[in-house]
Amino acid sequence: MRRTGLVFVFILVLLSGAVAWAAEPIRIGAIFSVTGPASFLGEPERNTVKMLEEDINRSGGVLGRPVEFIVYDDETDATKAVTAVDRLIKKDRVVAVIGPSTSGNTLAIIPKIEEGKIPLISCAAAKKITSPPRPYIFKVAPSDLLAARKIFRDLKKHNLAKVAIITASDGYGAGGREDMKEIAPQMGITIVADEVYGPKDTDMTAQLTKIKGTDAQAIVCWGTNPGPAVIARNRVQLGIKTPLYMSSGVASKKFIELAGAENAEGILLPAARLIVEPQVPADHPQKKVISSYIKEYEGKYKQAVSTFGGHAHDAVRVLVQAIRNAKSTDPAAIRDAIENVKGLQGTWGEFNFSPEEHTGLTEEAFVMVKIVKGDWEMQK
Amino acid sequence: MTAASALLQYVISGATVGSTYGLAALGFTVIYNTTEIINFAQGEFVMLGGMLAVFALRWGGVPLPLAVPLAVLIVTAVGVLVNRLTIRPVQGRSPLTMIIITIGVSILLRGGAMLIFGKDTFSLPAFSQGGPIDLGGATLLPQSLWVFGITLLTVLGMKFFFDRTLTGKAMLACACDRKAASLMGIHVDSMVTLSFAFSALVGALGGVILAPITLTAYDVGILLGVKGFAACILGGLGNPFGAVVGGILLGILESLGAGLVSSGYKDAVAFIIMLALLFWRPSGLFGSARAERV
Repeated sequence: MRRTGLVFVFILVLLSGAVAWAAEPIRIGAIFSVTGPASFLGEPERNTVKMLEEDINRSGGVLGRPVEFIVYDDETDATKAVTAVDRLIKKDRVVAVIGPSTSGNTLAIIPKIEEGKIPLISCAAAKKITSPPRPYIFKVAPSDLLAARKIFRDLKKHNLAKVAIITASDGYGAGGREDMKEIAPQMGITIVADEVYGPKDTDMTAQLTKIKGTDAQAIVCWGTNPGPAVIARNRVQLGIKTPLYMSSGVASKKFIELAGAENAEGILLPAARLIVEPQVPADHPQKKVISSYIKEYEGKYKQAVSTFGGHAHDAVRVLVQAIRNAKSTDPAAIRDAIENVKGLQGTWGEFNFSPEEHTGLTEEAFVMVKIVKGDWEMQK
Repeated sequence: MTAASALLQYVISGATVGSTYGLAALGFTVIYNTTEIINFAQGEFVMLGGMLAVFALRWGGVPLPLAVPLAVLIVTAVGVLVNRLTIRPVQGRSPLTMIIITIGVSILLRGGAMLIFGKDTFSLPAFSQGGPIDLGGATLLPQSLWVFGITLLTVLGMKFFFDRTLTGKAMLACACDRKAASLMGIHVDSMVTLSFAFSALVGALGGVILAPITLTAYDVGILLGVKGFAACILGGLGNPFGAVVGGILLGILESLGAGLVSSGYKDAVAFIIMLALLFWRPSGLFGSARAERV
């Protein structure tokens, strides 16, 4: 009896081994800023990719082959990102690359990707990555321009035509400032004050005092923590009642914690549906994707999901869909197939790619969210 | 909002932040006076003050009124350790060597804080409850009153210590002539240790009183150190009173620069005015040409 058992186990081992040996895994590269200043982006992205790798392989892989994600940490350093992409292309011979996490690092590796002719799906947001579209470069994070447009549309809806903008003097803030100044005239918004602050500044009362002296009907702030939290505090401190809009860059609970719930009360911002999942109607096409992502991620890692991990989720889904459609792992065939991915529901929205559109998302990716009693409230 | 109340607001905001620059500058001055070293780890003392208070409150569950003095005390001990472990072993070398050592210490402290506390930004609750106080159209946070009060008390305390106590006078003697002081029976080593303790203490105080207003993170020390040093030069290196006034002035200049000129060039405006002042008075506002210290 014992022997039969052993033989049985042996056969099982052989069989399970056979499945793994039968097909060479599809190797996909990933570069994320798991450590360094942008670790708040890279860490959830890496976790998400690792989680999806298990999921995909458990359900039979892609084209009958398992997938293997080779993840490198660029430490939020452009030089390290370039080294990593070199290794992925030349040594690991991957069929496609996901990431990097930041716009700067993405722009830094584009020449290598174009030279290596393998598709890249970036998790960063800068408009420059996909406009004008380059054959092998895609991204799944909506451009900041779309977020700016969402805010301005909300301003118009509430008849707030005179706006003061206050932006960080870093890449993210400067990009938002350019976008807002570009679309303001088209959307009938007048920018009556244009203030800037240093990303490391600790007091913005001077800028806000200046804004208080203008006839601005709303304030739009563009930056990532901690600057916007300081501005939220300073605004209450100065007794400014003008509505305050924030960029999607602060759409995390950390912002509310830093600003203090009483200072964040009433602030409006565009955000992904992911952060207001319980309030998304059950019949919304994204509801299922978001709910299952949150449930699985939080169950596995015992930490709250972030919309950034959502970018990695969407990138993997788009890529897997493209490989399936292409029925091939040839990088050029995958590239062509990404351009034809249509109607794919991701955590951020419905992705529709085309030869001209390499981001695949529209303004619909964002919902306006209001901070009420330290929590998000989705606006209709 | 009228122009006058806007102006008042710029001054209040500037003076609040400037008080921390001033306390950092005071720390620079105390060490410089006894050792001729510019301690570039001064900014990290400021950072540690705020961060330790946050973590005593969060991890240790220590109530705020205890967390604040506890943080200041720990940083004071760190200051003493920095002297014992890094400055004393190389005693007698040129001040330049020691200044470079302090730069190393600052990198070490910053890196250590990053590993222990993480890279996030944190907030500390205000010392007292209550909303902003209206002051002729401008507003003043209750925490700002704490900042002004503690800064003033620190300056007065320092003045009393150096003018009226024997230890204070002994420290001054070390500044005047180290060898002569030693011959007079003053234990110079203890005075140097004391100066590091003082400078860490005032730095930590600055960090902890400002944290409720401006938030804190492991890397806020760099900027505060640079601003504190600038305040020192502005007030006249070696003059404790000048250092604090220099800090407050620098804060106000920045705030006015941001409000009246351009927020994009806030720091530039402040530093240009500072450079102009120094061309006019190379030894700083309160420094005498004779380079007499203290």
